Amino acid sequence: DDWPSGERAPPRAVTWLARSRRPLGGRFGGVGGTSGVMKHYEVEILDARTKQKLSFLDKVEPNATIGEIKVMFHKNHAQWYPARQSIRLDPKGKSLRDEEILQNLPVGTTATLYFRDLGAQIGWVTVFLTEYAGPLLIYLLFYFRLPFIYGPKYAFTSSPHSVVHLAAACHSFHYIKRLLETLFVHRFSHGTMPLRNIFKNCTYYWGFAAWLAYHINHPLYTPPAYGDKQVKIAFAIFLLCQIGNFSIHVALRNLRPAGSKTRRIPFPTKNPFTWLFLVVSCPNYTYEVGSWIGFTIMTQCLPVGMFTLVGFIQMAIWANSKHRSYLKDFRDYPPLRTPIVPFIL
Amino acid sequence: MAAGAAAAAAASEHKRGASDAAARRRRGPGPIATTYMVVYNVVMTAGWMVIAVGLIRAGLARGTYHGLYYSIEKPLKFFQTGALLEILHCAVGIVPSSVVLTGFQVMSRVFLTWAVTHSVKQVQSEDSVLLFVAAWTLTEIVRYSFYTFSLLNHLPYPIKWARYSLFIGLYPMGVTGELLTIYAALPHVRRTGLYSVTLPNKYNVSFDYYTVLIMVMISYIPLFPQLYFHMLRQRRKVLGTAEQSKKIE
Repeated sequence: DDWPSGERAPPRAVTWLARSRRPLGGRFGGVGGTSGVMKHYEVEILDARTKQKLSFLDKVEPNATIGEIKVMFHKNHAQWYPARQSIRLDPKGKSLRDEEILQNLPVGTTATLYFRDLGAQIGWVTVFLTEYAGPLLIYLLFYFRLPFIYGPKYAFTSSPHSVVHLAAACHSFHYIKRLLETLFVHRFSHGTMPLRNIFKNCTYYWGFAAWLAYHINHPLYTPPAYGDKQVKIAFAIFLLCQIGNFSIHVALRNLRPAGSKTRRIPFPTKNPFTWLFLVVSCPNYTYEVGSWIGFTIMTQCLPVGMFTLVGFIQMAIWANSKHRSYLKDFRDYPPLRTPIVPFIL
Repeated sequence: MAAGAAAAAAASEHKRGASDAAARRRRGPGPIATTYMVVYNVVMTAGWMVIAVGLIRAGLARGTYHGLYYSIEKPLKFFQTGALLEILHCAVGIVPSSVVLTGFQVMSRVFLTWAVTHSVKQVQSEDSVLLFVAAWTLTEIVRYSFYTFSLLNHLPYPIKWARYSLFIGLYPMGVTGELLTIYAALPHVRRTGLYSVTLPNKYNVSFDYYTVLIMVMISYIPLFPQLYFHMLRQRRKVLGTAEQSKKIE
């Protein structure tokens, strides 16, 4: 037998048992050679809706995490990979986090857990890259006036208005920034989202990008009413808000160590752009709306205005939900802060 | 038939039978709300009956089924637009339905009534208009009387049957009429530039109503089957159990 007494057993209860024939209890304790009996759990997993027994896992370690249980369950049901499993204590309850440890849960040594299929999942990074690459490319199709868009007469022509070129640069910069942030800056708390979201999100981003690009790059585009002054001021707003948005993303990243999913209250840092944290819970959204307001004024284009408005509504909803969960999690959350618009919303 | 109706009435009197009435009661809208809803549904039933009678009388008097839209244009607009109240009912909570779903259904009707049939005068003489108006009329008379009887806890089985069966034919009939009407409107919209905004303009916006109508037509492809199969599933659920309780009787 190749497992000496007093040694800590490997995390996989099943493999340990497969290798040794020793009976449980007695000399096989935990770390440090304690002589406690290691009580293994039995976990039965039922379908949350039909209550049908889907899996019975025996000899599960007490310190097994939900994440490890999901891997075991996946072995019995190949179609349900861990990312699409929702495991809960109660059929209608909240999903248990992957980090939860079995013995810390309010269950007996025969634990009953409920499973819900979250549906096909797709990685957040994949979704973000796809939804941002689209607008970047689509806008340029319109900017370069590919023949099928404005007709052969205007094919590959260039706009005489400088603001149109500036707009193309700003729009492209915005989405390149987003792509790079997705790859190098953001730390996601969830790995995946439902697959249908990618169709919904891409339709939104790609559709709006096409709609606003069509108008800005149109041969009959009318430049802003107040000319260069309007363009310069609006561009300044856009640029400052982009820097602000980036500063917040970096600050949020530094708040969370690599590989962790802990949540802490964000506070202003030495970077003046982060001082917006004093009055707002989600300054990244504030700066994002600000960028798009700048872009709207710069192009004086109603479709851009509508994109800004819809984006604002969505971000306000997200900011409000984030704000409420901050309030719930932290007793000492700064009372001066509003979700997205300082002092107002 | 009478036995079935009596059995259904008895079952619903026990308050455990008619699932729809029970569902509505679980929410517990007060007596004022219930009275209002009964009045609303009775008025709507009567209104669509007026439209039905108007169609029949005009058809008999003229000896043809062409051009009957004009004889019921006003009550059609009035009662179909009145259905907007149903969105309010859901929002306020006196009807346990989804605001989004109801909103979508009512808006699509209102869109066809005003933004297509009323706005493009040339389609008003089309036969496709009669197709969808007839489908709507029959559907609504059954639907509103179904709600009325449910609220009063006296749901005759034939009404329940009709509500969950007639759609099988009426739904495709209505959709055909609607699509043909929108299609007929297209050339006129293109020619007159109805509801459209062209470039150049100060706010760099354009709106092509012709394209919007085409997109509306395309949207029927994913939406119609979803709604249709939803109703079929509802039918199995509602009429399935009723048939069982009839057998027990």
